[in-house]
Amino acid sequence: MIFLKRQLPLAITFVMGVTFAFQYYIPHPVSEEAITNVSKWMQIISGFALALGLASIFHVHAVKIKRQVPGWGYSIVLYAAMLATIVVGFKSGGETKVDGAQTAFGWLYDYSMVPLQGTMFSILAFFIASAAYRAFRARSPEASVLLVSAVLVMMGRVPLGQFLLPWTWDVTQWLLNVVNSAVRRAILIGVSMGQVALSMKIILGIERAYLGGGKDQ
Amino acid sequence: MIIAPTLLLLLFLGAPALAAIPAPEGFRALDTLSDAGKSLSLVWNASPADRADRIVQVWMADRPDGPFKKLAEFPSNTRYVKPGDFPWWAQPARKGDHYVKLAASPTFPIEDGKPYFVKLLVREGDQEVWSEVAEATSAPNVFNTAQLNNLVFVLAFTGVLLASIAAARRNPHVPLRRIAGLDAVEEAIGRSTEMGRPILYLTGSGGMDEVSTIAATVILGEVAKKVARYDTSLKVPHRDPIVMAVCQEIVKESYVAAGRPDAYKEDSNFFITSDQFSYTAAVDGIMLREKPAANFFMGSYFAESLLLTETGASTGAIQIAGTDSDHQLPFFVTTCDYTLIGEELYAASAYLSREPVLVGTLRGQDFGKAFIMSVLVLGTALATIGVVVDSSIFNYVLDLFKDFK
Repeated sequence: MIFLKRQLPLAITFVMGVTFAFQYYIPHPVSEEAITNVSKWMQIISGFALALGLASIFHVHAVKIKRQVPGWGYSIVLYAAMLATIVVGFKSGGETKVDGAQTAFGWLYDYSMVPLQGTMFSILAFFIASAAYRAFRARSPEASVLLVSAVLVMMGRVPLGQFLLPWTWDVTQWLLNVVNSAVRRAILIGVSMGQVALSMKIILGIERAYLGGGKDQ
Repeated sequence: MIIAPTLLLLLFLGAPALAAIPAPEGFRALDTLSDAGKSLSLVWNASPADRADRIVQVWMADRPDGPFKKLAEFPSNTRYVKPGDFPWWAQPARKGDHYVKLAASPTFPIEDGKPYFVKLLVREGDQEVWSEVAEATSAPNVFNTAQLNNLVFVLAFTGVLLASIAAARRNPHVPLRRIAGLDAVEEAIGRSTEMGRPILYLTGSGGMDEVSTIAATVILGEVAKKVARYDTSLKVPHRDPIVMAVCQEIVKESYVAAGRPDAYKEDSNFFITSDQFSYTAAVDGIMLREKPAANFFMGSYFAESLLLTETGASTGAIQIAGTDSDHQLPFFVTTCDYTLIGEELYAASAYLSREPVLVGTLRGQDFGKAFIMSVLVLGTALATIGVVVDSSIFNYVLDLFKDFK
């Protein structure tokens, strides 16, 4: 069991990790084909893994309905919506349009899924306003600097601001290109080093926590 | 009597005009370096006479005697090798010379291993001149020489990491700077236990092929051990079924490692949907209905970050985020109590577990960062000196530090 749970996954990780790290430096068609094949395999595995996800969601909500936990009515709504979508999807052959005409599945997608997604995304505007209110309260010197910078950048990025205070354009550009870029690049360099280090730890089998547990068992 | 002198006069007048179009010098065709094949490169010397109204045409054939087919046409003062196009150890032509890459196309397919014949036609007004015919054969390459510096850096960095790990094994007492967000993990779990509310842990929107997701799952293991010891409820909603399967195993093993296998619940990890905003709506619903006392947001995030954290903040939960998505960092910093910025996410595993081997890699990372900072200072100084003294001599050094992707 230890071989299957620990040594074999580590061996696969090492071989695949080293192979595809070097693949980056090999432009030969054989190398390109290898990465394409692996990508296809990943898609196939993801497709099969979706069954795991479906099993999970069915199980969790079945338990909620069975035990009648608070909010179990939502689980019935979920089951109903899921079954309706599956039935309509099968009847429409999985197509949203046939010969230019919208199918029932297409209608379901366009008139329920898209507006719901749009609603969630549009809420972001209100959340940005409330988060900005919290962030821009000048309670400390750092928050005050943030507030002044944000006002300048906002003025420099909108036509009315540029019309009223033309100099804010240059200040905005300086803030974005010098101050902001410098900090962002510092973060990205740190992230890159961290990614390389973690990748090395995983390839070399030093970091094993993602296999479960942590130390050898 | 009049015709002969007129012809002579025309000949003398016309001679300088004909001589004004020189044939391209140093024209060569060669296999394109560091590519997957099916392409050829053409190089020839730049000329002071290059100008916009002088047109260069590229003609190619698969036999020496033709028929030649026109593949490209451009002004003679274009297609130069510019600084930064190629590093000096992998450049097909000198900087400032002409360079044209011919890739296989439906108009003219280029096959590997088959010789092709190329010539240039230079045209200005009614006058034209042909270059010599150059021959080249395309072939795929097994090594991208332009990325040699990258490979050397990766190998050197790997060596430094391994040396740091070896040093940490000999001397396990490596000091770590305090990371407030990770110190607060214990506090967040304790608070949840006292309030009798669950802990919500999100692993981000990425799959298991993303390093940030792996880092998030590794931290989940450490969090789950503490959760098991405190006997608190843990909820981990997922967007990716593969990540869910991995996390189930990690949480299970953590409960076993904490000596509480009986407390493990199979449905603590559950799948919601892979759709971005449907997932966000579902998690927001969990936050509002179940009111977790602590929310963890680890991994990579997109537009959903603020929707999740702002909802969490409105429920009064203690929130700890960790991400390498630099565009989402302002949202996390604004709405969360603690934020692990960039590399801190990757350091979390070592910080929480305090295992000498893992901590040793952090020292290796610090060496890497020190090297990059030195290169930044050196490169800035050399580039500035190069501009001041108008010299390109430093480009040989600067090229070594370019194109690390």
